Amino acid sequence: MRRLPFFCCALLLAAPLAAAELNLAVQIPEQNVAEYHRPYTAIWIERADHSVAAQLAAWYAQKDSKEGAGSKWLPDLRQWWRRGGRALSLPVDGVSGATRPAGQYQLKFVEGQAPLGTLAAGDYVLVVEAAREVGGREAVRVPFSWPGTATQHLTAQGSRELGAISLDISP
Amino acid sequence: MHKRTLKWIVLAAAIAAPLAAQAHKMWLLPSATNVAGADPWVTVDAAISNDLFHPDHHPASLDRLVIIAPDGQTAKPANGITGKYRSVFDLQLDQQGTYKLALVSQGLFASYELDGQKKRWRGSADELATAIPKAAKRLQVTASSNRVETFVTNGKPSDAALKPGGQGLELVPVTHVTDLVAGEPATFQLLLDGEPASGLKVTAIAGAIRYRNAQDELTAQTGKDGKFRLTWPHAGMYWVNAAAEDNHSGSKLADKRRLSYTATLEVLPE
Repeated sequence: MRRLPFFCCALLLAAPLAAAELNLAVQIPEQNVAEYHRPYTAIWIERADHSVAAQLAAWYAQKDSKEGAGSKWLPDLRQWWRRGGRALSLPVDGVSGATRPAGQYQLKFVEGQAPLGTLAAGDYVLVVEAAREVGGREAVRVPFSWPGTATQHLTAQGSRELGAISLDISP
Repeated sequence: MHKRTLKWIVLAAAIAAPLAAQAHKMWLLPSATNVAGADPWVTVDAAISNDLFHPDHHPASLDRLVIIAPDGQTAKPANGITGKYRSVFDLQLDQQGTYKLALVSQGLFASYELDGQKKRWRGSADELATAIPKAAKRLQVTASSNRVETFVTNGKPSDAALKPGGQGLELVPVTHVTDLVAGEPATFQLLLDGEPASGLKVTAIAGAIRYRNAQDELTAQTGKDGKFRLTWPHAGMYWVNAAAEDNHSGSKLADKRRLSYTATLEVLPE
């Protein structure tokens, strides 16, 4: 009977009234360069052991060019490729998308819905990685707890290929 | 340097791969080790040189090239040419998974004296009996078994092409050979005729030697299980080499067998 309060707590956590949400803002900065190509960008959630808990987005050239298929350059997103991108059969519905120009992007992921699906309670890292043709590559990591008990507002800052990243989590 | 002398140095490096430190290095250098897309290709250099990976000495022969596809079958190279300093070939990766590209050579290396002149010969065990004149003196025969490899993965890494054949010195990945990252330790196993090769010294040297003032080699020793571990200090292409010597020459005339294994491995930044 001593365990009953914990059990009740666990029940409350596991079955919140409204589905938990991740609200993500990603900034792709403008680049002052002569030759500009939109960056390939991947967003995913990692567990502590770097295994992928959810693939959220992969933005890459969807059409062939004279330089080959758009998917040819996906290994340039080195961390993403290694941590699970290479195991995907692309395109993935709700994950694959066209490259985006410089700007601010608001993305919302809801628990129980693709592509987030269901995340077990625990500690995770949200990773945003960008790689630009004749440019650089950068990965920005935002650690978070899921689903948490209160609203979380987390931020990180890229230095070259990514700008401000903010993650708002409502449990 | 005399042309004749040069020829023998090249042969010695290519065929006997002696344990001596002054041996030239044979290598394969792929343009990429991780590829993707609808129609991926890589282009590969094959050469023998002192400096990695600068072709400045002698091309490697493509006659001994064996490519194993992810399904375990052999695959064919395309556009092979041999130039002054290097050979080049292309490979279309039409299967998903890991390809093994290998320059494999096995044979005997003989030196003898005939009428007071030093002679050298190389060939197979079958040819040896008839190839060496009866009047030959101071005949010395050494068997050699050499393997120079590199690996390329299309999509997700796989293991079927990496199965050891049980002959000579071979590398078995514990850490996958196309999944190497600077700062992360990598473990591999060396086998000698299919059995763990213990107590071998393994040397790894990063490429772009011309742009630094030291070899900066990493070394490791294989344990009882034939395994060794390397931690890559930085990203780059690494030449990994081990050599061994035993008496399993496969010929009554050869008392020694010299073996070497070389892999070119790509290490990416995190």
